[in-house]
Amino acid sequence: MSLRRAERTYEGAGPGDGVEPVPAGGHPRPGPGPRPVVRLTGVTKEYPGGVAALRGVDLDVGEGELLAIVGPSGSGKSTLLHIVGTLDRPTAGTVEIAGHDVAALSDRKLSALRASRIGFVFQAFHLVPGVSARDNVAEGLLYSGLPRAVRRARAAEALDRVGLADRMRHRPHELSGGQKQRVAIARAVVGEPDLLLADEPTGALDSASGEAVLELLHGLNSEGATIAVITHDGQIADRLPRQVRIRDGQVVHDGGRAVQDVPAQGAVAR
Amino acid sequence: MTADRTQPKRLRAARLSPRDIAHVGSSGLRSRPLRVVLSALGIAIGIATMVAVVGVSASSKAQLLEKLDKLGTNMLVAAPGDALFSGEEPKLPKDAVGRVSRVEGVEDVGATGDLERSVRRSEKIPEGETGGIAVKAATEDLLKVLRGRTASGTWLNAANGRYPSIVLGHVAARRLGITSPGQQVWVDDRYFTVIGILAPLPLAPDIERSALTGWAAAKSLLGFDGHPTSLYERSADDAVHDVRALLAASISPESPRDVKVTDPSAALQAKADTEGAFSTLLLGLGGIALLVGGVGVANTMIISVLERRYEIGLRRSLGATRGQIRIQFVTESLMLSGLGGLAGVVLGAAATAAYAASGDLPWVVPLWAVTAGFGATLAIGTVAGLYPAVRAARLSPTLALHAA
Repeated sequence: MSLRRAERTYEGAGPGDGVEPVPAGGHPRPGPGPRPVVRLTGVTKEYPGGVAALRGVDLDVGEGELLAIVGPSGSGKSTLLHIVGTLDRPTAGTVEIAGHDVAALSDRKLSALRASRIGFVFQAFHLVPGVSARDNVAEGLLYSGLPRAVRRARAAEALDRVGLADRMRHRPHELSGGQKQRVAIARAVVGEPDLLLADEPTGALDSASGEAVLELLHGLNSEGATIAVITHDGQIADRLPRQVRIRDGQVVHDGGRAVQDVPAQGAVAR
Repeated sequence: MTADRTQPKRLRAARLSPRDIAHVGSSGLRSRPLRVVLSALGIAIGIATMVAVVGVSASSKAQLLEKLDKLGTNMLVAAPGDALFSGEEPKLPKDAVGRVSRVEGVEDVGATGDLERSVRRSEKIPEGETGGIAVKAATEDLLKVLRGRTASGTWLNAANGRYPSIVLGHVAARRLGITSPGQQVWVDDRYFTVIGILAPLPLAPDIERSALTGWAAAKSLLGFDGHPTSLYERSADDAVHDVRALLAASISPESPRDVKVTDPSAALQAKADTEGAFSTLLLGLGGIALLVGGVGVANTMIISVLERRYEIGLRRSLGATRGQIRIQFVTESLMLSGLGGLAGVVLGAAATAAYAASGDLPWVVPLWAVTAGFGATLAIGTVAGLYPAVRAARLSPTLALHAA
């Protein structure tokens, strides 16, 4: 995050009137700044039948950023999440995650990339029922190759980080919605990924729990985590330092609030 | 480019340890115990049937062999051969017992001599009604050679063998209606006192159907000529072969072809072998049950994959490779059928034990049957799980994540 990017804010280009797409390749790429964790160039995703979910999306996410990918349903933001999360491949354009060109990777290498570099948080938490919070978090390291004892030790640390040190042995049905989502966040960050992708993380929560989850994400970001929150909720998006607005498969707005409004987040962004 | 944290490193998918594979593979089973029990049941029934069929026939065979072992396979019987030419019937010489007892390796020798007489309950019964019971003269050593014993009363000896006393085989006693020693039977033209009834003699069924008198009494009272008609000989186990070669020549050096030597244990051995040959039909039924069980496991696995699409998507997002998803579901299928196989082996062994206990048989479940049964379940589990596992692995992670 930089002042330079703040200057590129398209004032008033909200989801309602943002019909004017950002010209492809029109952004100046960040020059000597931090190496991007995510770099999308001209990414297009077409489904069989000719439906284009994404049309020439360019997106850079630098290390330590906290951004919202916001758009109404059907805008292509979920497809964007899948492509950034390497769960899906684009039909055109290039995707680089942590310096790896995704198109060049086999399924095994892509899986390894997800295991080591990307953490996912889902709207519906998706914890394993009947298994303790700690073991649920440790599941996030299952495919990392670490021995079981290490996985469990790190899971305990991660739960401590999300403020659930006293809920290690609780099973999902013994936790509130907000606590479940925090367990899910702990599972996503336990492997210290380069990128945390949160898909509507507050969608299934009441406002107080949602607030706590957002605070937690802010906190993790201030500790250095790069986080992308996918949401349809403009209010949530507005509270994050950078908003990428998607509409009809195109980025219609990419910018942040005035830095002086959010001094804390601006400072963290290095 | 500086070697900072985000410099691309080599990406290598980590391997799951066997313990992790077992853990992941069993997670689906642990959350649905009832379904596990029901789908493992089919496999269990198939394996139980097969193990029980093999076990029951093996137990029956073991019992016969045990009996055979007790009776010994070292007894030979010599009898006059068939007459090659019309004329005089061949006979064993009177001193055949003495001759055989001098053969090296022979331990005990006994003989019977057929008397052309009938035995009846009383003189009122017509002579023709023999009841299939033969009257024979027997030497004192006969019972020892046959390893028989009397069920009641005493056996013939030098004293009672000279008097009109008689020992009945157990079939003969039943047919005559004699239940205890002391009763009398009519032989030829006088009453003989029953002094003993024999226990069953599996190696000599003809003795079971005979009335036996002493050698001396037969000569003095029933006109016996003293030529034995059957000669029973027992030798050391390792000498049987040699004795068999010498037996005919020892009894009748001038015409050994007139002596027929047989091994009664051979018939019992053959019977044991047929008992051991399990029913192919029942085994086939077990095989069909096993097949149906395998289809059930495949069905359960397909449903499991459909239901757990979201889990598959989640695991893929956590970094599971296609191979790791595949092995998870194959492991689950293997565990499911393995569980059924284990239960089936236990059930089959228990059924065999119940059968053995009811029939007083030894309990035998052959190891090869257990191994083969268990191996079959593992093969079925692999085959049944492979297709669902491949489907699970091919599932697009994004579609899987959308399923919920």
